[in-house]
Amino acid sequence: MATITPETVEAHGLSPQEYDRLLKALGREPNLVELGIFSVMWSEHCSYKSSRIHLKKLPTEAPWVICGPGENAGVIDIGDGQAAIFKMESHNHPSYIEPYQGAATGVGGILRDVFTMGARPVANMNALRFGRPDHPKMKHLVQGVVAGIGGYGNCVGVPTVGGETNFDPAYDGNILVNAMTVGVADTDKIFYSAASGVGNPIVYVGSKTGRDGIHGATMASADFGEDSEAKRPTVQVGDPFTEKLLIEACLELMATDAIVAIQDMGAAGLTSSSVEMASKGGAGIRLDMNKVPCREEGMTPYEMMLSESQERMLMVLKPGREAEAEAIFRKWELDFAVIGEVTEAGPNGGHMVLEWNGEVVCDIPLGPLADDAPCYDRPHAQLETPAPLSDIPESHDVAADLLKMIGSPQLASRKWIWQQYDNQVGADTIQGPGGDAAVVRVHGTRKALAMTTDCTPRYCAADPIEGGKQAVAEAYRNLSATGARPLAITNCLNFGNPQRPEIMAQFVGCLEGMGEACRTLDFPVVSGNVSLYNESKATGGGSAILPTPAIGGVGLMDDYAGMATIGFKAEGQAIVLIGGESGHLGQSLFLSILHGRKDGPPPPVGLELERAAGELVRTLIADGTATAVHDCADGGLAVTLAEMALAGGIGAHVALPEGRVSAAAFWFGEDQARYVVTAAEAAQVIEAAEAAGLAAVALGETGGDALVFRSVEGESPAGVADMREAHESFFRDWMDA
Amino acid sequence: MNAFRAAVVTFPGSNCDRDMVVALEKVTGQAPVRVWHGDADLPEKIDFIGLPGGFSYGDYLRSGAMAARSPVMRAVVDAADRGVPVLGICNGFQVLTEAGLLPGALMRNATQHFICRTVSLKVENNRSLFTSGYEAGQVIRIPVAHHDGNYFADEDTLDWLEGEGRVAFRYCETTNGSRRDIAGILNERGNVLGMMPHPERAVEPELGGTDGRALFESAMKGLIEAA
Repeated sequence: MATITPETVEAHGLSPQEYDRLLKALGREPNLVELGIFSVMWSEHCSYKSSRIHLKKLPTEAPWVICGPGENAGVIDIGDGQAAIFKMESHNHPSYIEPYQGAATGVGGILRDVFTMGARPVANMNALRFGRPDHPKMKHLVQGVVAGIGGYGNCVGVPTVGGETNFDPAYDGNILVNAMTVGVADTDKIFYSAASGVGNPIVYVGSKTGRDGIHGATMASADFGEDSEAKRPTVQVGDPFTEKLLIEACLELMATDAIVAIQDMGAAGLTSSSVEMASKGGAGIRLDMNKVPCREEGMTPYEMMLSESQERMLMVLKPGREAEAEAIFRKWELDFAVIGEVTEAGPNGGHMVLEWNGEVVCDIPLGPLADDAPCYDRPHAQLETPAPLSDIPESHDVAADLLKMIGSPQLASRKWIWQQYDNQVGADTIQGPGGDAAVVRVHGTRKALAMTTDCTPRYCAADPIEGGKQAVAEAYRNLSATGARPLAITNCLNFGNPQRPEIMAQFVGCLEGMGEACRTLDFPVVSGNVSLYNESKATGGGSAILPTPAIGGVGLMDDYAGMATIGFKAEGQAIVLIGGESGHLGQSLFLSILHGRKDGPPPPVGLELERAAGELVRTLIADGTATAVHDCADGGLAVTLAEMALAGGIGAHVALPEGRVSAAAFWFGEDQARYVVTAAEAAQVIEAAEAAGLAAVALGETGGDALVFRSVEGESPAGVADMREAHESFFRDWMDA
Repeated sequence: MNAFRAAVVTFPGSNCDRDMVVALEKVTGQAPVRVWHGDADLPEKIDFIGLPGGFSYGDYLRSGAMAARSPVMRAVVDAADRGVPVLGICNGFQVLTEAGLLPGALMRNATQHFICRTVSLKVENNRSLFTSGYEAGQVIRIPVAHHDGNYFADEDTLDWLEGEGRVAFRYCETTNGSRRDIAGILNERGNVLGMMPHPERAVEPELGGTDGRALFESAMKGLIEAA
């Protein structure tokens, strides 16, 4: 076996201090297999070594939470003996190197996290951040990522029902691809990963192991260099067909009681799955590497342990159930191999022992690999308060400004993207992409799950605490706007290099805001993922992405008959704004799109107001008062109204209420905790709002074929057809030209 | 006796099989039998066979090509020859062309992209078992979701299909590059229909429309009347 040199250690991404820690844990020099295993388990991706101490501060409990962070995905109770299981995960670096496969395997990985726990996946969502559209690589990246997400999700037959997409130069050299899956299981059929039962067989199922993706987790834990092209072989290749078979086979076996524990092989493949299963169960593990199904001849234990080949699972079965399980996997034409057994833990915990050709090639105590992995409290800089906004521009033609805004990459229709996703397979999607949240029925019931992904990175960059709050609050609002009761979130925390104090400050700040919002809104975090080192030297030296703590929110509707949508439903309906306004233009899209400015503080988030406004809107939906609902977010009130008009194909007349001086502030301000609703009578909504202690103002009435903005200076009309053209032209011109 | 025994086949990679089962049960009130691709025989006394959408065998080789050679397809071909109605939706249509039950082929969409949206279809032939519930020329709204829906056949075949009234549905606007905007075709005898759009996704108002119901209703009604 090769000797371990400092160069070997460095190539495995371990610092000299971490190597010393390894030597102490092992009490001797590791061999290459052991070094490889330590390196992936101690990578940022697997160990969360820079983020762990901060993640602990997030609230993770509520009466409806069945399983919080730490398992493959979070589990919440949705009544009637059913649970929703969901998680979001990043696949950023692979998607930049090889967009189709990177995005596709991101979807595959998150699907496995969910069906591993016994759930049938019912919906996929995503959160995508790209660089500036005129960046030479960007069109290719967008096309590849969208095709990859679609290619995988469409084939496995899980509808991709929604998501969000942003463009900002900060992502030029490091795009973000975050994928989320939501599944449904029976609460008495949830599967966990803790291995138990000394002597129980450890079973490998799914695809064979190849040489792809070796060191993927380590790559995901370092800055992006100019040599990213050379890392193409570390990107895994997805096979959604095998995944579909694996879903069906696993669910078929899960209907029996043969499984003790199950874990998917995701990042760090066989290493991470076996270490996690054994350490969670307080057991040891012995694997015979000669029994691992391999795609290629001559693979070494090192390669087998570090491969990130896709569509594989590891299970512990009850003794004597192997034949029954094997028959199911053979029926689905998948590999099935008993590769080892659960072993007894000694007084100092279990060991991971690997045998190959009759020799022990690895013997590591599990403690240091998982629970006792390095954990850092990285220094973080003091946050700077953004300077207040001055020289606030005015809007002299609201309609013309609106058309420019909804035609911009930030606000343009994402139809070009979501029409490439099968958002209906399963025949339970009752609200697809384009609304506030997607809504999918719980099959065979009157219940439905609403889901959304949200984050406003420019807010997080300007003020991490407020930005962190806003991401959670917007998810809460989007779910409420469909009539669903927000239950819990998953998160995908994308940041730059944590060894830079200013990046760590963003991380700590965003988590502080997020935690406060989750607590106030009773909206706990049940699963998540951290993606650090999202920096690229390709764009000119250490440029970090905007802090992007993407939130995936899930809510429940008891009867989907009451679901609300954003489109205007009829002419002559009253339009009411719920929630007050201060005309906040700091960090607004009005300033950035029309004036090229990115200054000012982001809008402050009043969490109690968010809660009250959300509750009011859900009541108005439930009692049938609200006929259309849309939350106010990017671009402010005018954009909200435009989207409602476009979705309904009906215009409206709206007027600047008395006492408002600035049209720009009123129509384009991005104040939080606000919704626009339509109703037969404005008074119905205004009275209910006042009773709830919330501001509400009548804006006007639906009707006609234009969105007409009135003020004392006159009328400014934006035709619905003109708005549609502006809204849909960006992607069409960019992609189909 | 109004029993209507439908069978829905599942190939490895089928993913609209459950949707077809649910739609058939919802519309006809009778639960179909599910059939595994590896079965050499169909259950007895089957009145109707559904080949569902999805990605059988991951679309490897060509979409539908491998499924068309699975054991159950020999039984499906025999049944079709005996006059049992066979409906292939999306991947099911691809399987039917690959199995030789319908002429032509389904190629990659002209845009090269997967397309998922609801489209307008014109009912060209309302005299078939599957389409008698529609008016001739009626425009219906049905979702499409496919990557390989671009129908191709040579001009002679297309003329022959048109001449015999075997074009069941046509896209009202260009959707995927199909020759003559063909969305669905019948075999000579009229008991096999292949179509790319998904009528099983249009059987409930909550899903955005009910224009697909008439297709399943006509099939059931036609069969019961014939019995």
